[in-house]
This record gives sequence, C-alpha cells and structure tokens, in this order.
Amino acid sequence: MSPDETQSIQSEQLVQLAKKVYDTVPFYQKRMNELGVTPGDIKSIADISKLPFTSKDDMRETYPLGLLAVDQTEIVEVHTSSGTTGKPVVDAYTIDDIDLWSEVMARTLGMGDLTNKDIVQNAFGYGLFTGGLGVHYGARRIGANVLPISGGNTIRQLAILQDFKATALTCTPSYCLYLAEVAEENGIKFSDLNLKVGFFGAEPWSEKMRKEIERKLDLKALDIYGLTEIIGPGVASECLEQDGLHIFEDHFYPEIINPDTLQPVAEGEKGELVITTLTKQGTPILRYRTRDITFFRSGSCACGRTHRRMNRLLGRTDDMLIIRGVNIFPSQIEEVLFNIDHIEPHYQLVVERVNHLDTLEVQVELNEKSFSDEVRKLEEYERKVEKELHTALGIQAKVKLMEPKSIQRSEGKAKRIIDNRQI
Amino acid sequence: MHIKQISVFLENQAGRLHDVMTVLADNNINLRALFLTDSSDFGILRLIVNKPDECLKVLKENQFTVTITEVIAIEVPDHSGGLSGVLKEIYKAELNIEYMYAFVEKHHDNAVLIFRFESAQIAIEKLKDKNLKILSNQSVLTN
Repeated sequence: MSPDETQSIQSEQLVQLAKKVYDTVPFYQKRMNELGVTPGDIKSIADISKLPFTSKDDMRETYPLGLLAVDQTEIVEVHTSSGTTGKPVVDAYTIDDIDLWSEVMARTLGMGDLTNKDIVQNAFGYGLFTGGLGVHYGARRIGANVLPISGGNTIRQLAILQDFKATALTCTPSYCLYLAEVAEENGIKFSDLNLKVGFFGAEPWSEKMRKEIERKLDLKALDIYGLTEIIGPGVASECLEQDGLHIFEDHFYPEIINPDTLQPVAEGEKGELVITTLTKQGTPILRYRTRDITFFRSGSCACGRTHRRMNRLLGRTDDMLIIRGVNIFPSQIEEVLFNIDHIEPHYQLVVERVNHLDTLEVQVELNEKSFSDEVRKLEEYERKVEKELHTALGIQAKVKLMEPKSIQRSEGKAKRIIDNRQI
Repeated sequence: MHIKQISVFLENQAGRLHDVMTVLADNNINLRALFLTDSSDFGILRLIVNKPDECLKVLKENQFTVTITEVIAIEVPDHSGGLSGVLKEIYKAELNIEYMYAFVEKHHDNAVLIFRFESAQIAIEKLKDKNLKILSNQSVLTN
C-alpha cells in the first residue's frame, strides 16, 4: 500500500474514532471539551494533534472499565498489565478486537515467515498477561501448530522443544538465554533442534543480546513490540531484515513527540512514542503516551513492506523498571514499604542480571527503634518485606536491611535505582 | 545483677567496624569483650565496655544504631569443665540461651561467660541460688 493510500484510510478511521469516543466515553468527551475540540474538527489524520493525550495515570483512574466504548455485554475477554499495584491497566476486547489482535499477531509471526507448517512453542505466560494469548491467537490465525506451554518449567520446555520439534519460539529474551543455559547443562544442542526463528519482547534487550541469542539458539531472533494499553503484543515487529520494527499503522497510528513540549519531533529525531488505536472497539485509546523512546527509521525496508518502521527502543522517559517481564515503578515499591513497620520508607533498588535473569535487591533502612540485638528478628523483618513486595507487585525481590539514614538523601530527585544490567 | 551490653547494628560495608572502634577510642572507652555476629546482609556487634552509658551516648551521637541489652555475666574457673558446669545449671533451670560468648580475665585464672536470655530478670531469679558466681556491673567492668 502506498503512503497516500495508507493516509487516506487512517484519516477515515480517525474521523470515526473521534466521533465514537466523544459519543461513548465520558472521559474523552470531557477531555475534548476541555481542549475545545469537537469530533467535527477532526477531518483527516493531520488533525490528530488536536486530540487529547492519554496517560497511564488516566488509565489507572478509569479502572476498571471507565474507558469502555461499547456495551459491557460486547466484551468477550479482558487482559490487564502485569504486576502492578491495586489498579492495573485494562484492555477489554470485543469479538472484533480479538479478531484484530489475531490479525496483527498473525502478521507478526508472518514477519518471521511462519506458515501453517510451523510449530510455535509459546513460552510467554498465559493469563491476564497479554503475551501468551496474543501469540496464541496469531498462531491460530496462520494455522500453525501452537504449543501453549506458557512460561517457566525449563526442563519441560526443553523436552517439548525436542519432542514436538518446534520451529519457532516466543518468550522474553532473558528467559530465552536462561533456556539456552539449562540446555547446555543438560547436553542439549540447539543445532540438533528445529528452531529457525524466535520472537522476543516484553522487556528491553539489545543488539548484543540478539547476537548472543542467535549464536546460542541457532535461530533468527526478532524483536516484537506491544503493550497492554494498546492491545498487547502485535503493535510492531521486526521482519527478517532485522532493520527496525514495522508498526502496524493501519490499526495503531504512531507519533513521536518531545515529552517536554508535547510537539512532534523533527523527522528522524528521537522522542516519546505515542499511539492511537484506530480500529479497536472495546477500549479505543487516543494518543497513548507510551513513555518509550524511539525514532522513525527513514527509507524503505528491504523486505518490501511499506509500513513505517521505528527503531528498537532506546529507553524510557520515566523510571519504570522491567524485571523479568514485570513492569515496576519505584513509587509502587515505596507504597509497599510505607505500610510496613520496623523499616523506614527510604530505599534503593539494585538491579543486576545474573545468569541472564534479572534480580532485584531492595535496600531499606531499619527503623532505629526496631533494632533489637537479635539476628532472627532482623531477618524476620527482611522476609516480611519480601513477602509484602511479592504479594503487592508479584516480584521476587531480595531485601537488605541498611543502617538508618545510610541511604542517600537528595534534594529533589533521589537516586533510587542502580541498574547494573549490561543489556 | 545483670550487666549492660551495647549492641550495634552494622550494615555489611567495608570499614564499618573500624568506624565504631574509632568512636570508642576517641572517647576513651575500653573494651572488655566483643562479639560480632552476622547474617549475609548485616552484622550485630555486641560489646561489653567499661562505660556503657557513655558508650551508648557517643555511638548515638555518631549516628550508629545502638541499643542496650541486659545480659548476665558468670565467672568460672578457667579450667576444663568450667562451662559445662554452668550450662548444666542453666539446663536444669529450663532457661533458653539466646546466645553466649566468653572472655578470659587478665588478672585472675578465671573466665567470664556472657549469657543472653530472653529475660535477664527471670534468669537471675532462677540461677541466683545455684552456687554460680554471677557478676555485678561493677566487677565485670572495672577488673
């Protein structure tokens, strides 16, 4: 499709979207009224800058179904973001949305040349997390044989890989390296297996990791991108050229803005990725600020696909950490610590990558009055904090007690995170 | 009869023990006994000093996390079987030892055993008639 044709479709879709959200989602009607915009002002895709942004906070505040644009009976499936406190981000799908998701995920798998002859070992987690079912629907759509093994249970993963001769693997990049390590320990050679391509996402990774994955697993490693707020995986994906991620812009319209001025950056400059769902029915989203930093790649891709490409992610505009696929904000950790006796709400997070898996150490200060001269009691405090963090955030963290007032205080922005991962 | 032990919380960091000792040295506080215990993340330093109240004050002034713990000091002859005899009485009195350590007296042929029980009061109550030499603050600290 030529850029002109794409734009004309996008324009038509945006006009309908603006009208739909104004009429059916009170949140967007209010926001548009505040900006003095009416659906009639939106005549083409160029008018998108007139529409309001949506932030993660907006999505939390409208939890659980405040952004619904259809009658609740039309919703057939709900997913939420992974591991967040009380209010996760919700994506509610109509039957058409599941169809759309299947379509964009089929395209994603098609990027790796998968067909109905392929066998997909899907090691993304199944459940409220979007990874597992997203890949599942895509594999079903292309008629591939999907092995819905979900995450973890590494020895079994390797047995299934061998026995069912999977040709494609989907999981987080760090888990894939862990899998490679366990395989090596068990004398399993990937060169003896049938894997030809892997689709990896849900956490940051680098070219260096890609090289390592490709060498160890003897396959082509593709970077896939998506987020619960938009649909889950299936927003953008690399093709076998591995030269940027094609954004499925006929459904997800991308902008790149300066996060301070909120204006579009100049062509090819890096900035914050903003996405509008052009065709989603259940929870359509206007101009979602992803906080992910990237830039549009120029020129056309050698694969011949015309969808615009973005560079692999360069970082984030906020302090969100992704630990083993779970998104964590330091503020969430703070909230948990605030409600625990015996410790002060001062903390520092140390993230390491040990044997390809991320580890999180939470250093907290002992409350001076709680010091009791007994090792057992202090260790109990540590276990208690670990348990609370696990309950609230779904993460395994190691808690380390520090002396009161030993964690650096600073005016304004404290240095809360020490990220030693060499990604 | 119980004596005052100083306990200091130390995070696992190079030089931290030295920091404590520097404060004590600067304030002319003399160590009678020292016991360091540790977990993988932190340590607790337990001290018997000649001036416990002053020691507590200066360590606090220097931002250490400190507490005073009541322990019992029992003197035994410094020969084999000395500790065994004391432990037998403790066992018979059905007291649980949280921890213990020992030091040898400079000027006598005696050793001093430091015991931490859940309650020093109850322990003294149960042990006072057992023919054990339970030391007072004064005698432990000034010997």
